[in-house]
Amino acid sequence: MSSVADRDLRISKLTKEFATFTAVKSLDLVVPQGSFFALLGPSGCGKTTTLRMVAGLDTPTSGSIHLGDLDVTYEKPYRRPVNTVFQNYALFPHLDIYENVAFGLRRRRSPEVARQVDEMLALVELTSQARKKPPQLSGGQQQRVALARALINRPEVLLLDEPLGALDLKLRRSMQLEIKRIQTEVGLTFVHVTHDQEEAMTMADTIAVMNAGVIEQMGSPTELYENPATTFVANFLGQSNLIAGKIIGREGDVVKVQMEGTVVSIPADRAHADHGDGWVGIRPEKVLIAPAGQPIDAPGNHMTGAYVTDVSFVGVSTQYLVRMPWGQELMAFEQNTGVRGIIPVGTAVDVSWRPEFAFLLDASQDVNAGIEEA
Amino acid sequence: MAVQAPEAAPPPRAPAVRPRRKLTGYWLILPGALWLGLFFVVPFYSLLATSLYDPNGSVLGGYDMTYHFANFVDAIKDYWEPLLRSLGYAGIATLICLVLGYLLAYAIAFKGGRWRTLLLVLVIAPFFTSFLLRTLSWKLILADDGFVVDALQSVHILGADDRLLATPVAVIAGLTYNFLPFMVLPLYASLEKIDGRLIEAAGDLYASPVRAFFKVTWPLSLPGVVAGTLLTFIPAAGDYVNAQLLGNPNTRMAGNVIQDLFTKTSDYAAAGALSVILMLIIVGMVMAYVRTAGTEDLV
Repeated sequence: MSSVADRDLRISKLTKEFATFTAVKSLDLVVPQGSFFALLGPSGCGKTTTLRMVAGLDTPTSGSIHLGDLDVTYEKPYRRPVNTVFQNYALFPHLDIYENVAFGLRRRRSPEVARQVDEMLALVELTSQARKKPPQLSGGQQQRVALARALINRPEVLLLDEPLGALDLKLRRSMQLEIKRIQTEVGLTFVHVTHDQEEAMTMADTIAVMNAGVIEQMGSPTELYENPATTFVANFLGQSNLIAGKIIGREGDVVKVQMEGTVVSIPADRAHADHGDGWVGIRPEKVLIAPAGQPIDAPGNHMTGAYVTDVSFVGVSTQYLVRMPWGQELMAFEQNTGVRGIIPVGTAVDVSWRPEFAFLLDASQDVNAGIEEA
Repeated sequence: MAVQAPEAAPPPRAPAVRPRRKLTGYWLILPGALWLGLFFVVPFYSLLATSLYDPNGSVLGGYDMTYHFANFVDAIKDYWEPLLRSLGYAGIATLICLVLGYLLAYAIAFKGGRWRTLLLVLVIAPFFTSFLLRTLSWKLILADDGFVVDALQSVHILGADDRLLATPVAVIAGLTYNFLPFMVLPLYASLEKIDGRLIEAAGDLYASPVRAFFKVTWPLSLPGVVAGTLLTFIPAAGDYVNAQLLGNPNTRMAGNVIQDLFTKTSDYAAAGALSVILMLIIVGMVMAYVRTAGTEDLV
């Protein structure tokens, strides 16, 4: 492993204290070489500070940052093989696009500047704009210049600080795919900081969810989404129904939980608590409903006595709010496959889900963590 | 825009003009035009006329308009030395102002923090006292028994009999002091506008702090440099107070000569000619300078 992964970005026990608060608390992180890594979290969670420390723009209070065997913790920014795509691009307004892109090469007296700049401008499809000044370009074009300006230096790690934040939704979607394509093409390590969970899931191989200076959970987008380990991750990454329950105990490879009169089974590898109280979590699209008495295609966890309190039709899906007998409202998202019409408000329904989709969280955590930030 | 048949496609025509509308613009520039007319065009015309009077006239006998263009040639012949001195002193003072002013403006803009406003007020504070008084007080500062001369003599930069007062050094020091704020303020204005992230970006792109300064900060501050050097050089080149109070007969600048010609010898024609020449030289230099500095190309 070590021979292959000798240019990994390794962050250990990284801490950054400011006068009044601690932005990053003893952060440990390994970003494998060539991967697309996202640091996801609400504003103020320390993700940008982490990025700035990797770039050398902020000095850590303690801890270390390594690129392979190279210790860059206190290296000057202009001496580390790391480049940044800044949040508002920070393009040099007095230089044209060509010179902006060539900036890093010229500082390093790199040979063949012209060929490299031409190639890079072709990659981001801006060849025809080379002699324009940044303010003459659209937001999406400026974004691509910022990307090209950083990429052309072939850094060990490319840092992207909310690079799409200033773009409108449609442009953002296409730029996400564009950046992902370029990353695959050039094969460099990308570390992407964002507060947009959809953006992180679309682009990254691995996501680290950050909250209050620490990493809550790290994994592939599917792992994080399907098996969140904390209430913060469950709420920040998509939405979750969290239902209070009493953990009965482990039986084989499931954990049994007494939940409002029903005993539900949760796969042991999805149970992040094993005794006392717990939150039973289930994603809204995994919650199946049907008018009372009609069959539901989900064995086990069958609950009756619920009724629909709200229906939102959003095109691809219909989002229901269902009031359970114990008073809690659950979200249930149903694809509009056309198999069944929309269930009207007030209809009595049965509710169920496949046990393998549920997850179990420690009840000591705030059930609303991460909701308002998402 | 009036609706027109598409096949006609003439260049877009201004809509039927309502005369009142059209006049509004002229009414709006009227105060400015009057001001310029009254305080620039008329005096300038008068000065130009004076410069072409018969040089043999006098205040008592009156001056005849003889379109005596030789006045200009005579003025250059007689006074080329003070003219060159004006440009030289003003140029040196402007350069010193640029260096000092840039350091000061840079420090205030980037390191000033919460003291910025106070520091700017301190830059402007000397204006609360009269220009003459401030220049007079430099006489005391640079006096032969003053602390500056004492200090310089004690470290043997100045010899025991050397002096500062009544030397070109004193005149240039006075000019530098008096016009420094005119350099600092425009420099501060353009430095303060520079986005700190651009300098971070330069560092991120392998520029050391020194190179980041010359590749990013300096070019972005050029509008301030151009404005500041003009605001310093132009009045400094026409100044006569500093040379009169801090200089000697051999440091006379064009302004001193003009003043003497007008007030002492009453040689209005020569004074006018010299004034016009000084003005033309400055305008010419400014135009050449602005053209090479090319501010329109900058943001």
